[in-house]
Amino acid sequence: MAEVAASALVAALEEQGRFDDFRAINNMIEVKNVVKTYDTNGILFQALKGVSFEIKNGEFVAIMGPSGSGKSTLMHILGALDTPSSGEYLLDGQNVAQLSDDELADIRKNKIGFIFQSFNLLPRATVLRNVMLPLVYAGIPEEKREEKAKTALQHAGLDESLLYHLSNQLSGGQMQRVAIARALVNDPALILADEPTGNLDTQTGEFVLSTFAKLNVKQKRTIILITHERDVAAHANRIINIRDGAIVKDERVKKP
Amino acid sequence: MKLTDLFQETASALLVNKSRSGLTILGIVIGIASVIAMVSIGQGAQNSIESNIEALGSNLVIVMPGAQRGPGVTISSGRGSAQSLTLADAEAIKNEINLAQNVEPEVSGRYQITAKGTNTNTQVLGTVAAYPEVRNLQIAEGSFISDQNIRSTAKVAVLGPTVRDDLFGASSTNAIGQTIRIKQINFKVIGITQTKGGSGFNNPDDLIYVPLSTAQQFLAGNSYLSTIAIQAVDQKSMTDLQTQVTTLLLDRHNIADPTLADFSILNQADIVASAATVTNTLTLLLGSIAGISLIVGGIGIMNMMLTSVTERTREIGLRKAIGAKRADINQQFLTEAIMLTFIGGTVGIFLGWLIALGVSHFANLATKVSLTSIILAFGVSALIGIIFGYYPARRAAKLNPIEALRYE
Repeated sequence: MAEVAASALVAALEEQGRFDDFRAINNMIEVKNVVKTYDTNGILFQALKGVSFEIKNGEFVAIMGPSGSGKSTLMHILGALDTPSSGEYLLDGQNVAQLSDDELADIRKNKIGFIFQSFNLLPRATVLRNVMLPLVYAGIPEEKREEKAKTALQHAGLDESLLYHLSNQLSGGQMQRVAIARALVNDPALILADEPTGNLDTQTGEFVLSTFAKLNVKQKRTIILITHERDVAAHANRIINIRDGAIVKDERVKKP
Repeated sequence: MKLTDLFQETASALLVNKSRSGLTILGIVIGIASVIAMVSIGQGAQNSIESNIEALGSNLVIVMPGAQRGPGVTISSGRGSAQSLTLADAEAIKNEINLAQNVEPEVSGRYQITAKGTNTNTQVLGTVAAYPEVRNLQIAEGSFISDQNIRSTAKVAVLGPTVRDDLFGASSTNAIGQTIRIKQINFKVIGITQTKGGSGFNNPDDLIYVPLSTAQQFLAGNSYLSTIAIQAVDQKSMTDLQTQVTTLLLDRHNIADPTLADFSILNQADIVASAATVTNTLTLLLGSIAGISLIVGGIGIMNMMLTSVTERTREIGLRKAIGAKRADINQQFLTEAIMLTFIGGTVGIFLGWLIALGVSHFANLATKVSLTSIILAFGVSALIGIIFGYYPARRAAKLNPIEALRYE
């Protein structure tokens, strides 16, 4: 009898513990049955066929799939650049699925940092100005911008001597680090990197990816990496495989 | 986006392509400068014509003898030289019409004038003492003809400065008291008028003034008048004065049908008004030609902005990805266009003003750059920025961030 009571207590505690755990870890992203349909001249094409998954706060996830798999469409929806045709997308507890253009812009401004394959830095503008650009739109006072930008550049691992160099005078690796700093500068809830190593050689790519890992471990940042390369995806802690608009595998990466 | 950020973004965007921005601005500079210069030339011409007319006297109604028409036959004699106005007509106007402040009858003719060894051919005007007041004439030396001179048919003459120079040499100071001969009759010079300026047929400086009675008796040989100038009490009563004079003269000349009048009446206000119509048309014409170049400049702005939007598609995509709203992008591109036209407008106003100064200096036409035209030019250039910047800015704002980021 006593044993039963004890095991019930343990179960209750476990239940309680799991609940606490759930609240503490919290889901950064909840994607529920997301469908995206494109209509090109009356021909309907389903790029996402009901995708569901959750990403917890502080996870480093790779979304992997060949081209045409729907991973770009998924990235656009996760990045609040686009809205799903049906289904729900909760980012940091907020439903993003049915927002207007301007509301989506607010979400991107406050919660998401983008890193692109082609860097997309402003040409003929200094490194500092590039990194400060999101702060301009976020309405951060001018005197605080430089400090924030410098901190972000430090975290992205860029040498401080390059601060006033023009962005088109940098190497690819340096450019991508500037882009990482730009993504970090407004302290976003989610960092979304779209093929960040696509334009870099292997060695520089490794460095950029290790920067992500560092940011994930040291700063507990939630990072989503979109890639088609298994080697790149292997840097993450979890890989979501996507093919033909549906998730085919969702696995944890075993680190040596 | 804060205003300072907006200006910083705009400035750096325009500086990235200095030569393109410069050339686009040049289009607006030329447009605004030509509007400013052309309008100032037009207004200068208007002012100079108006002041020339005003110099002939103010509030004048001028009666001239005209073609005398009989029933059936038209006895045509030239306007101005016909003999239908008499001194009695002038006296009647003076006595019967209250709106006439001054009445100045005159008779004129061209004669050969001689003085010691020199001679000239010029207009001799027989007139009365009221002439300087009516015609806005100043006496430089001596005095003008007096009522006493007229009563006594005195053989005295007042010379215009040009005549004085022709007869006695350019820098003569002792013309007064000298004798000149008009139609073989001796006249004593009693005064010199001040230079009035002007040119053409009725140069007020190239005139000799003699008493009306003397001119009628010794020079013309009859009692007719060539002109009666009537000065109205004020500008408002000029039209009434004209009507009253017409009625009076028709009555005196026993003419029932006004279309058969043997005289014609000119109203100075009409002359000013018709001159103003001409110069206004001229200003409008010049202004619209310049306006066309302004529109071409505006199209240049639009062209540059459209190119810029296409070139910077990825940048726009990035800005949207990091949180720029439609309004932010719209503002940024619109500000760029307005900045271009604003700079162009400022430089253009300055250049136009320089051109106007140059025209004043070299073409001897007093141009006038009015505050209105400057404000107008500023307004128009800003408006052109808004109009021609609106479409490209809207196009930029409407770009889909996903497609913009993919744009190659």
